[in-house]
Amino acid sequence: MSSAQRSTGSQPSTTPTLLIVVAWLLVAIPLVYGLVRTIITAAPLFTGG
Amino acid sequence: MAVPGFLARDRIVAKPGFNRWLIPPAALAVHLCIGQAYATSVYKTALVSHFDASLTSIGVVFSIAIVMLGLSAAVFGTWVDRNGPRAAMFTAACFWSAGFLVGALGIATSQLWLLYLGYGVLGGIGLGIGYISPVSTLIKWFPDRPGLATGMAIMGFGGGALIATPLSRQLMSFYDPAYDGTAATTPSGGAVAGLFVTLGIVYLAYMLFGAFIVRVPADGWVPDGFDPSTVKQKALVTTDSVSAANAIKTPQFWLLWVVLFCNVTAGIGILEQASPMIQDFFREGDASTVAAAAGAGFVGLLSLFNMAGRFVWSSTSDKIGRKPIYMVYLGVGLLLYVALATVGSSATWLFVLLAAVIISFYGGGFATIPAYLRDLFGTYQVGAIHGRLLTAWSAAGVAGPLIVNGVLDTQGTPGELVAADYRIALFIMVGLLAVGFIANLLVRPVDSKWHEPKGTTTPTPERSAAR
Repeated sequence: MSSAQRSTGSQPSTTPTLLIVVAWLLVAIPLVYGLVRTIITAAPLFTGG
Repeated sequence: MAVPGFLARDRIVAKPGFNRWLIPPAALAVHLCIGQAYATSVYKTALVSHFDASLTSIGVVFSIAIVMLGLSAAVFGTWVDRNGPRAAMFTAACFWSAGFLVGALGIATSQLWLLYLGYGVLGGIGLGIGYISPVSTLIKWFPDRPGLATGMAIMGFGGGALIATPLSRQLMSFYDPAYDGTAATTPSGGAVAGLFVTLGIVYLAYMLFGAFIVRVPADGWVPDGFDPSTVKQKALVTTDSVSAANAIKTPQFWLLWVVLFCNVTAGIGILEQASPMIQDFFREGDASTVAAAAGAGFVGLLSLFNMAGRFVWSSTSDKIGRKPIYMVYLGVGLLLYVALATVGSSATWLFVLLAAVIISFYGGGFATIPAYLRDLFGTYQVGAIHGRLLTAWSAAGVAGPLIVNGVLDTQGTPGELVAADYRIALFIMVGLLAVGFIANLLVRPVDSKWHEPKGTTTPTPERSAAR
């Protein structure tokens, strides 16, 4: 393993920040939706409803 | 089997400066979709009514899918490692989506065998390939935190049900306005067919997005500040490589197979019966103090802990090690099962707490196993080895429900069971966890005779398959 290869991780990012943000939002939004719906459904378990 | 150029591994090697934090959402895009497999109960009653079939006949659809998951992961694991994550994700997306579309055709034409073929066989193949597709890639991108990386992806599998359950209810209400999304009404077969078509299209788009953005690191790439030589300092962690063909000849592989089988079987014991179980535990006379709606909420809560356990416990394993974390899953899990069987019916909050932690260990067991395999066998063919190990999941998917349903059938009639009727089943799970605990204790480093010769393990993973 050459030192040039091993230094790859420290190079300035060439990945557009917008792409990273959009990618995370695309998976986070459905997850948050599921999370909220689950909490609403589970609430009667603790409120006795 | 060659793949088209645009799917080839060579085309997705990351350029210098690529940000590795784009890989977890790519993996999540796949796992959030295939995690729908945990949400099949939402339309089970509708299918029973539509096909005028038994619950068992409809339940078989899910069983076929899980068996196909294990088999396809085992059979295609080496292919996935050789051709890379884009080809695997693309293939998984096609199979998973086709499974829904063929299943929808089966529902629309009232042909149950088409549902078996579609969701069960085709969808099951998509599940297996999709499940393992991002794992080895994540491990290679995050050699410093493999537990966190695989935990994030496999967390998505748990999260898939969290999304699919409410989404399916809303979509079925849309296709059948007479269905109000509660257990009081049942959606029509047409609504389920409409749901399947919608999910098939949406999941295809999502999974292809994951396939589009995924990348593999260049050979020899390491993250900034990470020194691979420090990895070796941890017990059980190798820097050598073992091929998938050789891994299955080692006792370590089969010990982990037993560990996964026991952990999954015990978890399925609760997941399978979650809603009726909590109502039975708090039954007074003919009625339960826990309403059916709250029972459904309990199922949702378990999904949440299943998902959270995958991320939290797998990340924790990076700090404390894989063997110790499995001692927690199996050892503490065993004690929690004993508590559930003996004092679980004393208070609802205690029952929920015990079950939630047990299910978080179930999820953690799934998410930590790829990192455990990486530690023992190296990164060389970890995806293929993981695929072969998932046959334990298939076996557990059959054994878990068989044990629980078999025991409960001897104890009484559904709707009349009480907490004491569950004790035998729960103590069988305790025994299984004890077996898993011992198997984990017996795990030692892999004998060096199974290691690949230095310098032969990249980039042609198929080489050792011929050995």
